[in-house]
Amino acid sequence: MPNYQSQSHRSHSAATSTPSAPFLCLLARYNGGREERESKPKQQKKRTKVVNPWEVAAKDGGKIDYDKLIDKFGCQRLDQTLIDRVHRLTGRPSSRLPPPWRLLRPPYLQDVFRVPLVIQLTDDEKCMWKNLTVEESQRLARENAKDIIACGFDITRTFIFSDFDYVGGAFYKNMVKVAKCVTLNKVQGIFGFSGEDHIGKISFPPVQAVPSFPSSFPHLFAGKDDLRCLIPCAIDQDPYFRMTRDAAPRIGYHKPSLIESTFFPALQGETGKMSASDPNSAIYVTDSAKVIKSKINKYAFSGGQDSVEKHRQLGANLEVDISVKYLNFFLEDDAELEHIKTEYAAGRMLTGEVKGRLGSVLSEIVERHRAARASVTDEVVDAFMAVRPLPNMFD
Amino acid sequence: MGFTKEELLARLKELQIDFSQYEHPTVLTVEEQAKYVGDNGGGLSKNLFLKDKKSRFYIVSALADTKVDMKVLSQRLGLGKGGIRMAPEEALGEILQVPLGCVTPFALVNESARHVALLLDKGFQSQEHCFFHPLSNDMSIALNACDLDKFLKSIERDPSYVDLEANPTVGKDQPPDLAAFVPSGSSIQQDQPDKAAPLQDPTKNSVPVNKKSVAATGKVAKPQASTQNSKEKPVNPVHQPSVFSDAGFFVEEILNKTSALLLSEITEGAVKENGVNLGTVVAENIRKRLNSDLQSMATMFKNTAYTQGFHAGAHRNL
Repeated sequence: MPNYQSQSHRSHSAATSTPSAPFLCLLARYNGGREERESKPKQQKKRTKVVNPWEVAAKDGGKIDYDKLIDKFGCQRLDQTLIDRVHRLTGRPSSRLPPPWRLLRPPYLQDVFRVPLVIQLTDDEKCMWKNLTVEESQRLARENAKDIIACGFDITRTFIFSDFDYVGGAFYKNMVKVAKCVTLNKVQGIFGFSGEDHIGKISFPPVQAVPSFPSSFPHLFAGKDDLRCLIPCAIDQDPYFRMTRDAAPRIGYHKPSLIESTFFPALQGETGKMSASDPNSAIYVTDSAKVIKSKINKYAFSGGQDSVEKHRQLGANLEVDISVKYLNFFLEDDAELEHIKTEYAAGRMLTGEVKGRLGSVLSEIVERHRAARASVTDEVVDAFMAVRPLPNMFD
Repeated sequence: MGFTKEELLARLKELQIDFSQYEHPTVLTVEEQAKYVGDNGGGLSKNLFLKDKKSRFYIVSALADTKVDMKVLSQRLGLGKGGIRMAPEEALGEILQVPLGCVTPFALVNESARHVALLLDKGFQSQEHCFFHPLSNDMSIALNACDLDKFLKSIERDPSYVDLEANPTVGKDQPPDLAAFVPSGSSIQQDQPDKAAPLQDPTKNSVPVNKKSVAATGKVAKPQASTQNSKEKPVNPVHQPSVFSDAGFFVEEILNKTSALLLSEITEGAVKENGVNLGTVVAENIRKRLNSDLQSMATMFKNTAYTQGFHAGAHRNL
């Protein structure tokens, strides 16, 4: 059963699965790397690990080797040279840009680049892969939308749509154009479909591909075919966009660019990603402060030593410590973060303190999200999802 | 504020519904009522006003002779055993807006009873006419089930008759057969805040809107009693201003947060450590710690305002 979690830009995993492929229209370029090489994940699968849009697991419980993955998928690491280039393009002082790993936290990207954001809710995919009824998947999609909106997206620059509502017209025309470029063999190769899979699944990939093209949204981008699209997503989404980047030039469109991120580690450690079926693998937005504290204390993998004496002597292993990794992402105060890392690594700060700080940081975030979410009425969702122009989207 | 007997009778006449009316001294029970109208044929009704554990309300209207087993009813509604009981007296006045002893299907004419479920005894359909109180205990009106249906349809209610004496098994493979009668809270917010982590601002009232009745101006026209936490609150059809829709509340919330943070930062230790520079340090900290919260709030405020404008514009020509 596919486990669709595009977590890179989310600060926590929701109890329902999150949508895939949010995208921006970006007026800058980002070199995607050696993507022209045909990747054959199916063969690789047997050897090392499984990474495809529906499954992520490292072989034999080992760590996921991002260097290998990045290499195999032909991506580039987001390093300082690229960041500097972004600074030059946006004209923003570097001090005001968040560190790279936080660039993907909503709505930083939208804010930094002052670009419109289109969010696709793949309710049809849920319906097909999770075998839900159409109505149930639509309902879940709307609930998802509320969580997304609660993250703080700007309604004057954001369009959210669900596949069941929106597919048709210009969008569908692009779907057919893309579909004509992809043979059954290719799609089986990329996604591992077999003769037993129903045709809904096999014909789904174009739905995920065409939001990359401005002409799919005539009410937003009419006449602006030259716009570039940037897609922040988790690395497991790569196959879809590889297929898209392959098809794009053949149908006369620009290739979309991607910012892929590594998976957010599960509470228990680096061996996999968070799963909605394992409540102890992640903090949920519905968790109370008490539950958050308890989950972190019980399940967050610790890099500290076994005893206090040993810890004071040797310090903590920051490479594997989950709490520090989480703080890296969630603690906004860089000075405090550095202080914690230094003290913890030196053994002067104990695991308990670090976990405590993480607990309060997460509780604050979850609380803020809850308050925001509670204010998202059905009307707000309707407005975000209305097919309407966004006149100020580049302001 | 609720409908009066006179208004109801006038409405029935308007709808050209046939009925006969009988005045009598105030009666509180079916037995008493029988003394005055029992000889006129037809069936007397007994009317129960019930409430379940999630504060959803039901009117069960049956022939006086029909046996209504509350335990069975509760299971058939899918509320488990003992999931339903008589509603408290106050609810009678607040929701049905009728006096004690006067529960009647006609009470559904009131806006406040909008989300009360109605179960009608199928026995009514085989009677010539049945007796109900027209919102007042000093009168009974007799009308045929079809005419009752006509009235119910006029207030957008679906008249459905149920065999109240039936006792079907309810189990894993036999879903509760009356589950459809349970009032639905269609757009309930998923996360009711846990008591351990209360919502940051108690002044806010996020009232979900029933999707079918999207109000043009973004005002909530028909909130649902079942989704409110407090059980005694009367259903309020007016849109409640919230932190995100009212500038006054918004600013107050910001100032509350800022003051709280400010006060927490000014400790003896902080004063000793920073002396004259305490101001600068505290200002810096406030900025750091409140930035995300305030941004989130501001964005929600903006989104709410946009939404209201959008809906006003979209429905301008209707």
